[in-house]
Amino acid sequence: MAVAGSWHPVVTEKPQGAHTGLCRDCAASVPAGARRCPACGAPRILSHRELDTLSIAHIDCDAFYASVEKRDDPSLRDKPVIVGGRQRGVVSAACYIARIKGVHSAMPMFQALKLCPDATVIQPNMEKYSAVGRHIRDLMREITPLVEPLSIDEAFLDLTGTQRLHQASPAKSLIRLVNQIEREIGVTASVGLSYNKFLAKLASDIDKPRGFAVIGRGEALTFLDTLPVSRIWGVGKSLHRKLTADGLHTIGQIRAHDEARLMKRYGAIGQRLARFSHGEDSRVVKPHSVPKNLSSETTFSEDIADPDALAKRLWPLCEKVTDRMKMRDLAGRTVTLKLKSSQFKTLTRSHALPAPTRLAETLYQAAVPLLERAIAAAPSGSKFRLIGVGLSNFADPLEADPPDLADPDADHRKRVEAVIDQVRGKLGHDAIGKGRSIRGGKRKKTPERP
Amino acid sequence: MKLTIERATFLKALAHVQSVVERRNTIPILANVLLDGKNGSLTLSATDMDLAINETVPAETDQEGSTTAPAHTLYDIVRKLPDGAQVEIETDAAAGQLLIRAGRSKFNLATLPVEDFPTMSGGDMPHTFTLEAEELRTLVDRTRFAVSTEETRYYLNGIFLHAADQDGTNVLRAVATDGHRLARVQLPMPDGGDGIPGVIVPRKAIGELRKLIEETTDPIEIALSDTRIRMTFDDAVLTSKLIDGTFPDYERVIPKDNDKILSVDRGAFAQAVDRVSTISSEKSRAIKLAVGPGQLTLSATSAENGSASEELEVSYDETEIEIGFNSRYLLDITAQIENDNAEFVLADASSPTIVRDSGDESALYVLMPMRV
Repeated sequence: MAVAGSWHPVVTEKPQGAHTGLCRDCAASVPAGARRCPACGAPRILSHRELDTLSIAHIDCDAFYASVEKRDDPSLRDKPVIVGGRQRGVVSAACYIARIKGVHSAMPMFQALKLCPDATVIQPNMEKYSAVGRHIRDLMREITPLVEPLSIDEAFLDLTGTQRLHQASPAKSLIRLVNQIEREIGVTASVGLSYNKFLAKLASDIDKPRGFAVIGRGEALTFLDTLPVSRIWGVGKSLHRKLTADGLHTIGQIRAHDEARLMKRYGAIGQRLARFSHGEDSRVVKPHSVPKNLSSETTFSEDIADPDALAKRLWPLCEKVTDRMKMRDLAGRTVTLKLKSSQFKTLTRSHALPAPTRLAETLYQAAVPLLERAIAAAPSGSKFRLIGVGLSNFADPLEADPPDLADPDADHRKRVEAVIDQVRGKLGHDAIGKGRSIRGGKRKKTPERP
Repeated sequence: MKLTIERATFLKALAHVQSVVERRNTIPILANVLLDGKNGSLTLSATDMDLAINETVPAETDQEGSTTAPAHTLYDIVRKLPDGAQVEIETDAAAGQLLIRAGRSKFNLATLPVEDFPTMSGGDMPHTFTLEAEELRTLVDRTRFAVSTEETRYYLNGIFLHAADQDGTNVLRAVATDGHRLARVQLPMPDGGDGIPGVIVPRKAIGELRKLIEETTDPIEIALSDTRIRMTFDDAVLTSKLIDGTFPDYERVIPKDNDKILSVDRGAFAQAVDRVSTISSEKSRAIKLAVGPGQLTLSATSAENGSASEELEVSYDETEIEIGFNSRYLLDITAQIENDNAEFVLADASSPTIVRDSGDESALYVLMPMRV
């Protein structure tokens, strides 16, 4: 394989050491031919002819949730750690020790525990992870303003033109960045460096964990030749099936067909396939990518069949979604409700609102009939293990929740919600809420006045 | 049953009947039309269990009797027969089929037993009044564009018909709204209409009603109960269930204190709105009205398309105001105004605006502004 960057063994299109390199550990420049870093003595030398000219990077944290948990509890350092719902639910992240046993994310927890019975299972703490993720993004933005987050723990970075500012090549700045993340935040990350987003994302996966891999123009096509088509971003299950049926298994095979033919056969994605197969990707790193939908879901500790009980669980999710909508100044038009039965069958129902909303009340009012429809679509007596609700089809927040001629009280409800939000902003989430949020006495009682 | 009927007569009746019948039916009998021939006439009936139509047309009945046959198929057959054809229909009880003959064409259709055909009982209709076809057409046309299609608010999926008091006189009022616009049209209360309950006539019934009005000039008798409406035309009777819900208290949303009157030439205004809205974004269709003394500037901008503006001479002598509307709603409303002048009664950029026909007090429209 003509991919450069792994320190052991270091593979390049030319014998190792033909170009000056960088130390993966301390970012020092290394003269051509050196086997160890003259500055720190480490053996991880990055050497690639194009190392100084490539500037599009993809950074992906290694087993992020699990790494954060290990950081916070050093006693877990050498033990397998799985983050996810306990007996139920799925694996959100597995540390590398657990991965050796075959555990991977999105695997049902019972299966993961069969493979790795001695694993420590930790309930995900999303608030903590997003705080750490934000911290990492802040560090990224210190080396370039062009940071496009893909999720909580990965992002594209465009370092074009930063050489003079940092007095260092993009590769060097990136090594310093991941070292800083490791030092200051305590989690490791892998870097993929190339000349576009498509290849950078593929590269970051080559050398995980704590990796640094480079795909240059010189070897991009050779690298892509044997890569399965499923590795292309945007090739999901159904397209993969279609491509396989058409005899296209590798990216190299796609390259044999011209763009017009691929577009005719596969639609707009056909064009992307064609360009990608030639190692081309003109998408720029967009720093302000807005999500396409926002949702929130919860898995119950015990399956629920009662529609009213399900509706009760729906309300706090609606509040969560709309809180995030308000925080990001978004409004959505399409409401989607999701239910998962105890048989793991997922049911979703969607509804387009007459006007975009960011109000919890409006979302809830629209989601309840969807819940009823979803329950009706399931075999009678079904129990459910998960409920979720989301908003998508985002619109200009100026158009959100307009006054309604058919609902003279709409404006009143909008003001009520604004007041609740204000009180919560000052006194915290539990300070005030709507009556329906009281659940079987679980709500904390306000302390009695002396 | 054995009878002969003129193709054009049969087709017209079948056209009414087949549009009541749903295209997809889980209950087979609901896909069928009930045909009943006796005393020189043929009665066709169809229902979707919410709406029923009965239409009686002249025919040469050789043998009395009745049957049911697939409505859409029968309609398609008769539609494809040549103009002027005499259609002969005959039941074959033994084979359970309906025979259709016209010229050299012959069809055998499967039938279902007449006993299975559901009757939608009219029940007792305590209120009866009569409207001229033209009056009913006005009530329907001027309101139905504002009927909502939003399923969750089913009580908006129809026209709210009720008795109201307008400055001491009793009026028959039709109101429809989808939350963005509201249409209110009224007529002097016809005899027998006093004391009618407020009823919501569903959209499908309105659509069928509208087709039948188109083909008649005779007065239409309307009978009402709390749950049903029956409309009797010369040949046809339409019976519909009413929407079981409460129409919102629309009076609360009709502004009382708007005082800035903008008068526009209806035709010129509609054309300008149509032109400028070409640029509006597909989703919002927003258009901005900047009104100043004697002049109105319409404009639209969209991130994808660009921008457009057009100026119009208008009659206005209040303070300047900028207000946004959905251009499609503006066009829907101006299309209902028959006078040359349309009047906008404005308050401010965020309050509902009244639109009315300057020569006609009977119709009133309320339009929600959009933020632009």
